[in-house]
Amino acid sequence: MNSQLLIQTIANAVAVSSMYALIAVGLTLAFGVMQMANLAHGHVFMIGAYTVYALYALIGWPFWTAVAAALVVGAVVGLAIERSIFRPLRGDVVAGFIATAGLMFVLEVFCGEVWGWGHMRNIPSPYMHPFKIMGASVAIQRVLVIPFAVVCIGSLMIFMRRFRLGRALRAVAQDPETASLQGININMMTALAMAIAGALAGVAGGLMSTIYAVTPALGGHVILPALIVVIVGGMGSVGGVVLASIIMGFVITFVTTLVDGVAALMVSVTVMALILPIRPQGLMGRVIN
Amino acid sequence: MAAVIIGLCLFPFFAKPYYVEVAMIFFIWIILAQSYRLIVTIHDWQLYHVVLYGVGAYTSGMLAKNLGIPVFVAIPIGGMMASLFGVAITLILLRSTGWGFYIATYGLAELIRLTWLKFRYPFGGSTGIINIPYAPVVGGIDFDAAIPYYFFSLCIMLAIIYMLYRIEKSRIGDAFKAISMDPALAESTGINIPRHRLLACAIGSFFAGIAGGLLVHRLGAVDPKLFDIHTMLYLLIWVVVGGTNTFWGPVIGVSVMYTLFELSRPLIQLRPMFFGLSIIFVLIFMPGGIESLVSKVVAQWQKLRGVPATEAG
Repeated sequence: MNSQLLIQTIANAVAVSSMYALIAVGLTLAFGVMQMANLAHGHVFMIGAYTVYALYALIGWPFWTAVAAALVVGAVVGLAIERSIFRPLRGDVVAGFIATAGLMFVLEVFCGEVWGWGHMRNIPSPYMHPFKIMGASVAIQRVLVIPFAVVCIGSLMIFMRRFRLGRALRAVAQDPETASLQGININMMTALAMAIAGALAGVAGGLMSTIYAVTPALGGHVILPALIVVIVGGMGSVGGVVLASIIMGFVITFVTTLVDGVAALMVSVTVMALILPIRPQGLMGRVIN
Repeated sequence: MAAVIIGLCLFPFFAKPYYVEVAMIFFIWIILAQSYRLIVTIHDWQLYHVVLYGVGAYTSGMLAKNLGIPVFVAIPIGGMMASLFGVAITLILLRSTGWGFYIATYGLAELIRLTWLKFRYPFGGSTGIINIPYAPVVGGIDFDAAIPYYFFSLCIMLAIIYMLYRIEKSRIGDAFKAISMDPALAESTGINIPRHRLLACAIGSFFAGIAGGLLVHRLGAVDPKLFDIHTMLYLLIWVVVGGTNTFWGPVIGVSVMYTLFELSRPLIQLRPMFFGLSIIFVLIFMPGGIESLVSKVVAQWQKLRGVPATEAG
């Protein structure tokens, strides 16, 4: 591996880490509030990607407007999932898990029927020219997601610490009963968590749509690494997810570059399997009794 | 019960060959669903069952093809291999619980499946393994033909259902039920929870592996696509739609849903959506599954006839 490839791979790894962080933060947020999360979260990412495809590549909206629309669409999808699945199944982790597993099927067929099966949607990049960094050229499109992830997750952390609503979210995560005794509306909090989760997944999907092959199977491909990130980082912990997504992003990108994508997934699952017997709650998770 | 068995015995002599093949796959699904129920009765909801079914298929197929081990010996070895993998997965996840456990099982199952995909030798990569020997002639009966193999699968299925039924009614079955109802209380009465989780997983995975062996020596080929997450989701959906509270729930679920699955062949691309919507509907409006509907109808019927109500289910 020469230095040019090394720099490119590092840039890729940071981009992939940012993407997984954006997806997994939503999962961990939802888990904190509900003790379960949306197994079809990768499909929300895919819907974000399709939104950008439809608005930017087909209709011709400006790229950034399309990404903003993907954010809104993701939030709406998240809210719809909360309202239709998680609220009726409140407190039943098994049922929530199975229902969102079924939702994977529903959203996959939905995207396939609306946008066509089997066609790989190629979305032209708005930024064709790579930029040079230490002699290596890096595609702007690939690293576009990095500042977004930093800003989104940073502001989410500030929101959780400094704002009343964010603190209410954390209170529900710690103890829903006591939180509701303080006058916190639990329904509103789960809706908020799912909306934020959906918005982050949607924006990640929108930004990465120009790089990934956008097919109805995309959702199933991104969910496994995101789940691994959540498990390794510690469910319910935003900091843990950031740490784990950096680890996993680098592991996956480097193994993909050196060997291939299948081996990268195998290595990341192995890392998970090595960590879980020692720390079942993940690297930075709390032990829940 | 007897009528169903007699019906199944007469079926291959009247049905078209295609439906005989479909019925054999149906038996495999029944084995999978019943063995899956054994594991989920102790609340170890998991997504590795179909991959262990694949472990059985790969092991049995490779032993018969590469080492020339007789098919009827290779199938139980495949079951043992699946059991071994199941125990290994449960051991890794013994300290995980809840949602984290469920999704971690998905990760570990994918690790096994990706191993088949990754290594062209000996697993054949994405094209899988072909030319796996069919069942041989034993005692003058050619198990390669459809009807003898149909009866072979039927016998295996009935034997497995009988064994699982006996487990359900035994002390161990009671212990499983106690764990699913209240783990803390079960533990305080002296039930060793980790040991029972491993036991349930070992038995259930063994039968899944047997189902894989039955499949592979009929199809003559395997590939990793057969055992992907979609198949697992179908199994999960069918079992839950049937209901897992009583022994016959998964049988009802697979019977109803597999029929719909075969009937919906013309709408093949919409099919997953139908099953996805049906599971969401069932979980929200009919949490006990179809079986709860059946027991309600039976209770209502008994009330109408003036029979004193018995415990439903």
